[in-house]
Amino acid sequence: MSEQLNELGAYIEAKRPDCILGWDISFGELNMDVTQANLPGLVEFIKGDATCRFTSLVDITAVDYPGRAKRFDVIYHFLSMFQNQRIRLRVAAREEDMVPSIVDIHPSANWFEREVFDMFGILFAGHPDLRRLLTDYGFRGHPLRKDFPTTGYTEVRYDEVEKRVVYEPVSLVQEYRQFDFMSPWEGAEYILPGDEKPEAK
Amino acid sequence: MMDGTKGFEDALTGEQKIRNFNINFGPQHPAAHGVLRLVLELDGEIVERCDPHIGLLHRGTEKLMESRTYLQNLPYFDRLDYVAPMNQEHAWCLAIEKLTGVVVPRRASLIRVLYSEIGRILSHLLNVTTQAMDVGALTPPLWGFEEREDLMIFYERACGARLHAAYFRPGGVHQDLPPALLDDIETWSHKFLSGFMVDIDELLTENRIFKQRNVDIGVVSTQDIQDWGFSGVMVRGSGMAWDLRRAQPYECYDEFDFQIPTGVNGDCYDRYLVRMEEMRQSTYIIQQAIAKLRAPEGQGDVLARGKITPPSRSAMKTDMESLIHHFKLYTEGFHVPAGEVYCAVEAPKGEFGVYLVADGTNKPYRAKLRAPGYLHLQAMDYLAKGHQLADVAAIIGTMDIVFGEVDR
Repeated sequence: MSEQLNELGAYIEAKRPDCILGWDISFGELNMDVTQANLPGLVEFIKGDATCRFTSLVDITAVDYPGRAKRFDVIYHFLSMFQNQRIRLRVAAREEDMVPSIVDIHPSANWFEREVFDMFGILFAGHPDLRRLLTDYGFRGHPLRKDFPTTGYTEVRYDEVEKRVVYEPVSLVQEYRQFDFMSPWEGAEYILPGDEKPEAK
Repeated sequence: MMDGTKGFEDALTGEQKIRNFNINFGPQHPAAHGVLRLVLELDGEIVERCDPHIGLLHRGTEKLMESRTYLQNLPYFDRLDYVAPMNQEHAWCLAIEKLTGVVVPRRASLIRVLYSEIGRILSHLLNVTTQAMDVGALTPPLWGFEEREDLMIFYERACGARLHAAYFRPGGVHQDLPPALLDDIETWSHKFLSGFMVDIDELLTENRIFKQRNVDIGVVSTQDIQDWGFSGVMVRGSGMAWDLRRAQPYECYDEFDFQIPTGVNGDCYDRYLVRMEEMRQSTYIIQQAIAKLRAPEGQGDVLARGKITPPSRSAMKTDMESLIHHFKLYTEGFHVPAGEVYCAVEAPKGEFGVYLVADGTNKPYRAKLRAPGYLHLQAMDYLAKGHQLADVAAIIGTMDIVFGEVDR
């Protein structure tokens, strides 16, 4: 399995060297880092090429790394039912970048790109209908970004006086519990209060 | 100017001035299988455009998972496709096991196969019978739910819960099965094949109304499968024998003997036939799994004892380290080495996958749940276009949509 993937990776790199920044095989899966501008070309190539035939789009998602300059990784999974292989493409994107849409090549990318826009706020250039998908009508913010709080900002309830659903800022009677399991003996980067070294003062 | 650029409004009578009619289908419609809102544009009774509005059951599962430990995240999977809960848990366990390199003991593996197939029958039973209800038959769901009840009792006897099982754990399954349960499942499987399946077959397969409502409705071609990313029965109904259990075997499916049924025409009726045959094949797998569980090779522990699984109760009573291990496991949880994996299982509805990014801590950095129903529902506009309004219910039924997994 791994040998086939090696061959496949080398083959794609040889055919489209301008698109691929690097590739590796980890946990028996083929990963490829792709440049943003060349993504649609590569997707079209691996769809049509007889050795690849990655004709099924399995998934598009993103991962947020707030510490990086190119904050997001947009992840594409493809499946070839004919060659029985899978491939993962990674595209790094800045917050303000417009990632090229692949709806023209894979119609099934439509909702995936809408979801990524909804959850991460990444814009897709050339998408026909980039509306929010999963969140509420009129929702603000992008929930899966790491800087979005798990509790959100608004809560809804039915108001008996106004006879309609009202939106209010979140009020919690108890603070939302986010446990920190890193023990101070395992190299935590903070200093517990009262535990400061005397010379640091 | 009389060249027609302004239209021929003056020539149209009042009767001809008809504009398309927009209706809301759902979110509270019994044939919507949950909280689906479809905005339909109708020309008479013909659907011109269909815009699904989803997300009414969105619970932010992926966000919540980022702040919980790997084990605490497991019960969320029961709540995705709540019709066949254990199949989802399976994908999560496989992803963790792939990253940590844990090998599941044989008995646990067999139990997982057994309960995955029970889940498949649970899901297909609900789908086949309620789809029949959507097109006008009331008896099948009543009979089908009786069988589902039996199966959910098997769930309950294995893990204590009828729906939200939390039974598959990273490294195995939570508890061993009592021998009496295996006997009962076997008795049930024979009764199911000779009783219920024959009855429902007689009731539906050659039923004239059922065929009129399903034959040639929602035809899916091989090209559509690729374009829209279909999986599961939506693929097999169109004649492609694609099944992850066979194509990319996980667990111990490679040692089981089963057939992959395929359809010919790719319409709703063929998908019904495929689901019926899959239920029979699943029952055969269940019978094989029971035989293997009774064999001497099928005995042993059901958890890979190590860092990601709890110690045995007896060890905890005598061994200090085991007690500490137990405490740490259920408070801090186990740490998973950094890396990213995608693990998919052949869930009853299609390919259910988990994309897991681990950063070496006790919580997933990012987990993406790839639900088959999401892609199927996306093709709704494409499939329903040109059909009658009444066929929309039949198409939603045949796609096997469950909103727990579509909205996440």
